[in-house]
Amino acid sequence: MSIPIRTGSRAPTSSARSAGDRIFRVLSLGVAGMILLIVAGIFAQLALGSAEAFALFGLGFLTGQTWDVSMLVFGALPFIAGTVATSVLAMLLAVPLGVATAVFLSEIAPRRLAIPMTLLVELIAAIPSVVIGLWGVMILGAFLRDGVEVPVVGAFGELPFLGSAASGSDLLAASLLLALMITPTIVAITREVLSTIPQSHREAFLGLGATRWETIRAVVLPQARTGIIGASLLALGRAMGETMAVTMTIGNADRLPSGLFDPAQTIASKLATSWGEASDGVERSSLIALGLVLLFLALALVLATRLLARGSLRRSGIGR
Amino acid sequence: MNRMTDTGPVPARISLEPTVAEASRRRRDRAWTWACFAAAGTIVFLLGAIVAMVVINGLRSLSVQFFTEEMFGYEEGGALAAILGTLQIVPLATLIAAPIGVLAGIYMAETPDGRVAGLLRLATETLAGIPSVVIGIFAFTVIVVPTQTYSAFAAIVAIAVIMIPLVARSTEEIVRLVPGSVREASLALGIPQWRTTVSVVIRTAAAGILTAIMLAVARGAGETAPLILTNVGNQSVNVGDLGNAMDSLPLFIYFNSGLPSEFLIGQAWAASLVLLAFVLVINVAVRARTIGRRAA
Amino acid sequence: MPETTARAKEVTAEPDLEEIEVRELIRVIPAHHARANDPEAGDLPGAMNLDAVSAWYGAFRAVRDVSMAIPSRQVTAMIGPSGCGKSTLIRTLNRMHEVIPGSRVGGRVELDGQDIYGSTVDPVRVRRVVGMVFQRPNPFPTMSIFDNVAAGVKLAGPRPDRPVAEIVEHSLRRAALWDEVKDKLASRAVALSGGQQQRLCIARALAVEPEVLLMDEPCSALDPIATAKIEDLVRELRDSVTIVIVTHNLQQAARISDQTAFFFVDEARSGHLVEIGPTSAIFVAPREQLTQDYVSGRFG
Repeated sequence: MSIPIRTGSRAPTSSARSAGDRIFRVLSLGVAGMILLIVAGIFAQLALGSAEAFALFGLGFLTGQTWDVSMLVFGALPFIAGTVATSVLAMLLAVPLGVATAVFLSEIAPRRLAIPMTLLVELIAAIPSVVIGLWGVMILGAFLRDGVEVPVVGAFGELPFLGSAASGSDLLAASLLLALMITPTIVAITREVLSTIPQSHREAFLGLGATRWETIRAVVLPQARTGIIGASLLALGRAMGETMAVTMTIGNADRLPSGLFDPAQTIASKLATSWGEASDGVERSSLIALGLVLLFLALALVLATRLLARGSLRRSGIGR
Repeated sequence: MNRMTDTGPVPARISLEPTVAEASRRRRDRAWTWACFAAAGTIVFLLGAIVAMVVINGLRSLSVQFFTEEMFGYEEGGALAAILGTLQIVPLATLIAAPIGVLAGIYMAETPDGRVAGLLRLATETLAGIPSVVIGIFAFTVIVVPTQTYSAFAAIVAIAVIMIPLVARSTEEIVRLVPGSVREASLALGIPQWRTTVSVVIRTAAAGILTAIMLAVARGAGETAPLILTNVGNQSVNVGDLGNAMDSLPLFIYFNSGLPSEFLIGQAWAASLVLLAFVLVINVAVRARTIGRRAA
Repeated sequence: MPETTARAKEVTAEPDLEEIEVRELIRVIPAHHARANDPEAGDLPGAMNLDAVSAWYGAFRAVRDVSMAIPSRQVTAMIGPSGCGKSTLIRTLNRMHEVIPGSRVGGRVELDGQDIYGSTVDPVRVRRVVGMVFQRPNPFPTMSIFDNVAAGVKLAGPRPDRPVAEIVEHSLRRAALWDEVKDKLASRAVALSGGQQQRLCIARALAVEPEVLLMDEPCSALDPIATAKIEDLVRELRDSVTIVIVTHNLQQAARISDQTAFFFVDEARSGHLVEIGPTSAIFVAPREQLTQDYVSGRFG
């Protein structure tokens, strides 16, 4: 008796399932297709838009040092150099600072101190970059100009790797600001990774008569390495693509910088400052070509992060 | 101290006095502890300084006119146009991004091993990694170029594209947290897969999905670069005309910060304060909840 | 909390089945208990003395006023139901308790007459002299077998008199692991079996040549064969190092210890010492009814 009832009640359900499921599936696939289309569209549009520039300048576009609107000569090197310089400088500061901060928050600080500090650092990561840029140009830039650069240049003249412009709107200001912006990202991820390391591993080393720092150094940080590299890649991606904070502090000079106190330009800041006045044609196409270069840099990081995640998964699989 | 000298006539065989090497290791431990403290202190101080300066300078320039007037020249007016613009652009972008992001997230969570889901995951990861300025270029080429005009619509599309992967990835994570037993219980009752997903899963994960959307809103509200590429040139109030440019708070901050006027720079600080307050309120609200949950 | 109760029941059920076996054991191998009365033993290094030791986690007092002596070069077993504070107490003996945020220790713990909580004493020094083996094997996952054993040795800097490799081999031999791992010293420690990992942890602790070795339920995660190996090891190590071992397993305490301390919980859930004495006395003729009930499984 119960068996026919069960099959009886299942039949209409499965037909409802097929109808509803089909709608749900079509909707989901539509959305999935849309997102895939957007990603493909971004690549396609940038490739199409930059075709004119690449047709004119070839790969020489990447190594050209001149960006001259009146002569219609466009080369990307100053902006690539600016992007690399600011990102690398920011990373050099932010990775050690961020890791040290995360170590302090999760390994050293008492909870009473760690919780509010962590909250503050993580909230700061949410501040819009244009707001940070405003602080950068008004407060940080002014401080660097009057407190650091003018005195240094006044005392020593033009120094190698520093330059002499000393305006407070330069590589140094942009890099420092970038470092400040990406540090919370590194802190947040590193802290999360540290918190997953079993306490027993720390205790094992402490039990051998290690100091806390020796434990952090020999046990904690090695286990967090993949996570820290992942955090750094993510932060590097943010630094390279960051537009507003850099645009507002880097001084916007379309040439290769010769020192930290020299104004410069990154790909992103060049796009932000020149897009509005650009004329359609070669100039617009060259700007889009800059965007394509930035896109490929970002893509390389996405790929690197994926490989890293896959590698660490495989390794932990063997570990088990 | 006196305990140590108290040990009496029997000499201790094990010394608890630190050896020379241990004393130096201890000093190194102290030094690094202080270094980490200094790093954390510096970061917290500088980040705190940003918030403090925005609050101080913002409060100084905040006035009734800021919320009620348009900008007149270099010395008078407020951010009404920018505020109204942001209040249109961000909700409309959310309206586009939220359903797409949530559906995509659910799809990825429900079919974790599917080929389409894998491709979709790669796409959202890639999209999340694309700098917003590049997305601005995309919106320019697909909307501004054909329509021959900068427009709020182009900005909305750009910001929606930025928000989609944020919503999708968080949604996927949250829906995956829904215990399999809940899902199975529903399926066992003969409820079809899609209704199970929609009603049971979404209801269980609704709070989390809302959180994800709110965080994406906070992010979208501050996006500036794509606006610079798609939506400039109008500082007057524009309500409802998406086919033309519309001011917004981020643009207001950016353009005023570069102008040689104390008043306008003050207005930029005030706008920063409003934007900061908006973003932080969302984040604090969201985090207060997640922290509460973690503690429980 | 519910987990603790469940475990307590499990443990109290255990002696029921094994009561006779335990008593037989005591009679079969009474020889090693003689050590408890050996007058010579008192002169060797590594004796500890506890005076009114209490331990807190925040406001919760996990251990209350424990006073007892741990003679050098003997095996002292700590037994008692789960939650009776024995694992907490053992961690106060090398200042590992204070690693947990919010924790606190009261009373006095002496090592060869010196207070290890003295104001000039560095916990690092204490942990060097008083080594520890934990409940679950916890080799360092990022290090090789060799590096695991060498980790503690390297901390103190290079020793001109003995190369690290020699210390590693010696320690692995002492831990009865050398023959099993000598051909794969460079491979990862986490690839070893659970029992091997635990012996590796013992070797790691021995490598820094402690005078006292604390073992916090070292066999609780191991199978019977691995457990037997660890027990053999404890009996051998007894000649060169003072051993304090926390165990749930009464048979194990009877088999390997010279003296046994029995702990129990009071109404405030604080653990305290009920009785301590030579292992044979505790198992065969305890002074306290509570001890009698516990070792005979007539409990709860």
